[in-house]
Amino acid sequence: MAAILAAAPREHVLVLEPGRAEKHYWRDILDYRELFVILAWRDVAVRYKQTAIGIAWALVQPFLTMIIFTIIFGRVAKLPTEGAAPYPIMVYAGMLPWLLFSSILSGASSSLVTNANLIGKVYFPRIIVPSATGVVALVDFGINLSLLGLLMLWYGFLPSWHMVFLPFFIALAMLASLGPSLLMTAMNVKYRDFRYIIPFVVQFGIYVSPVGFSSSVVPAKWRFWYNLNPVVGVIDGFRWCVLGGQSTLYLPGFLLSLGIVALFLWFGIAYFRRTEKTFADLI
Amino acid sequence: MADDIVIRAEGLGKKYVIGHETERERYVALRDVIARGARNAWRMAADMLHGRVVVPGDTVEDLWALKDVSFEVKRGEVLGIIGRNGAGKSTLLKILSRITEPTEGRVTIKGRVASLLEVGTGFHPELTGRENIFLNGAVLGMTHAEIKRKFDEIVDFSGVEKFLDTPVKRYSSGMYVRLAFAVAAHLEPEILVVDEVLAVGDAEFQKKCLGKMKDVSGHGRTVLFVSHNMSAIRTLCGSCIWLDRGSVQSSGDTSSTLDTYLRSSTKNIAVSAAVLPEDPKKEFQVLKARVAKADGDSCSQFLCDEEIFLELVCLVRKTVPGLYGYLQISRRDGTEVLVSDSFDAGQNPLDGCSCGLHKVKITLPARLLAPGEYVAYFSFASPMGVSGFSIDCPGDLLSFRLEDPNSRRGNNRAGFFGTLLPWDVTPEPNKQKEPQDPTSPEQVTQVLAS
Repeated sequence: MAAILAAAPREHVLVLEPGRAEKHYWRDILDYRELFVILAWRDVAVRYKQTAIGIAWALVQPFLTMIIFTIIFGRVAKLPTEGAAPYPIMVYAGMLPWLLFSSILSGASSSLVTNANLIGKVYFPRIIVPSATGVVALVDFGINLSLLGLLMLWYGFLPSWHMVFLPFFIALAMLASLGPSLLMTAMNVKYRDFRYIIPFVVQFGIYVSPVGFSSSVVPAKWRFWYNLNPVVGVIDGFRWCVLGGQSTLYLPGFLLSLGIVALFLWFGIAYFRRTEKTFADLI
Repeated sequence: MADDIVIRAEGLGKKYVIGHETERERYVALRDVIARGARNAWRMAADMLHGRVVVPGDTVEDLWALKDVSFEVKRGEVLGIIGRNGAGKSTLLKILSRITEPTEGRVTIKGRVASLLEVGTGFHPELTGRENIFLNGAVLGMTHAEIKRKFDEIVDFSGVEKFLDTPVKRYSSGMYVRLAFAVAAHLEPEILVVDEVLAVGDAEFQKKCLGKMKDVSGHGRTVLFVSHNMSAIRTLCGSCIWLDRGSVQSSGDTSSTLDTYLRSSTKNIAVSAAVLPEDPKKEFQVLKARVAKADGDSCSQFLCDEEIFLELVCLVRKTVPGLYGYLQISRRDGTEVLVSDSFDAGQNPLDGCSCGLHKVKITLPARLLAPGEYVAYFSFASPMGVSGFSIDCPGDLLSFRLEDPNSRRGNNRAGFFGTLLPWDVTPEPNKQKEPQDPTSPEQVTQVLAS
């Protein structure tokens, strides 16, 4: 190969052999960053074109859920909020990262199957497709974030300096969803009935994770282990950010969640990498 | 010289592992896996963890789609790849365009590979023409700057500038293909892969494809051309590779490779009836094909005075909008004799065909073709197909022989047609000259012309 490179230095030389994709994995992804941008743009464009009430839909769903959770957990079950924060704001601050997490999970896991014609016809690092769906979720998230702003205005609730860490927690929420998403995506290519599991996980997860209630209501002896669910750490972080001094971050649990996120991410990427070269043969 | 070679394949092999229980299923469902017992599932879980291909089924078999394939392609060469269905042609193209990795061996490719197989890949019906140009360009490997630079040219070429801001779902199928092709045509790849596009699409589209191929090879670029269409191979390709059961049977200059190929296929294929393996991935597929007489019997020997029926049994798994069929009848040596599209009679009966089995019957009138041996090539395509242009391409499916014992010239009749023309001779009153012998050729043409 070196000899050929020397003979035609300007030309792009490609060597295809078993295990090649493995060797140049990260460089390939970098080479295809433009495709990532355009696929993400396509997903966003299509999402807001297809539904007549595009933006409204992104807002209505979490808003109604927030009202229902406030009534059920706050009024009926009389669970405490965090500090003096209004219950709706507390719920909404948890709902935001949960929605980001769950929409990435469900979007990504079906992405390869819906893009099957691309996978079977052209080469690109497959990880681009599920990752690009993350951008759609992020746009929805941005819209919902503005609603949170309005909500805080309505209640006259002032954010504190904790707010500057918000980008960090947004990134954390995305990373937390990327690991399981990649795993589900890869499984979904092989086992198509995996797609029935996702809505179940999402439905179940909203109650298992502290969306409608504060994680401080969890008994102290379980508090640490509760964080085995990585979303717990993410939601706690969000509340700490948004609610400022009203919320305290339970650090050991948060670190455990971070560890779980990292573990999932590593496993998700590793599994996706190992299986992605067979996608074209399976799809 | 070394840098004259743009593609070098060395000992290329691709292995698929197939399980024998699930051959007919479209995909594997987890419930099946669980149902198959814990022991089996455990083996699979281990496979999954190691990222190996998980194969359901009790008996697992290795299938080499390609084995020990080596060849070289020089810069500017037009290389034809021929072979029967399942010979490994598509697998080879998939490896060259990086869609799948080889199991063994290696390929060295110099320059960008683009494929006309990808016409329209990644088009999204909800997006406008303008947006789709950018999307499709990026999918085919163009940079954003490159698409911007060529944007006007692409729009010009496609001729859809009026509808640039209309979602492509409102395009007619012709506009859709033109736009898609315009993008692909401006790729300027060093290596162009053309797979069966010539058999499908309207005449204009074919002409564009051919023009593009000539253009590309004229600029010192390389073309790989896969086709079942022997006459196209003969006119376009300088050299040829014949693949059979995954390995190179013969390669070299086109005419000698083609001759060996055609000679072998005459010997080997049973052709009056064919049954094709089911491929559940296809939305539409030909399952059976046969040549039959008027009384319904399968047959491969016909008299010129008989009608010939080409019958296909097709399965529609999912309604394909815009689906149409293409039939090409050629002589054994690859000379095209007759081309027919399913929309020839006006409306297209295949377009939007409902799910289920359908019988397609094409009648060749008596005394249409001259005596000889013929091959019928079939292909089904849709300009609006989600998974690409070509929907099902069974290729050279059937062949039959025509004999003509009842006419006096019999089997020595040359040319394409078996039609017996009436020779009408009537005396022409001639006032000035003596009547000539009416059977002299000049007189006959005069009479016919009048």
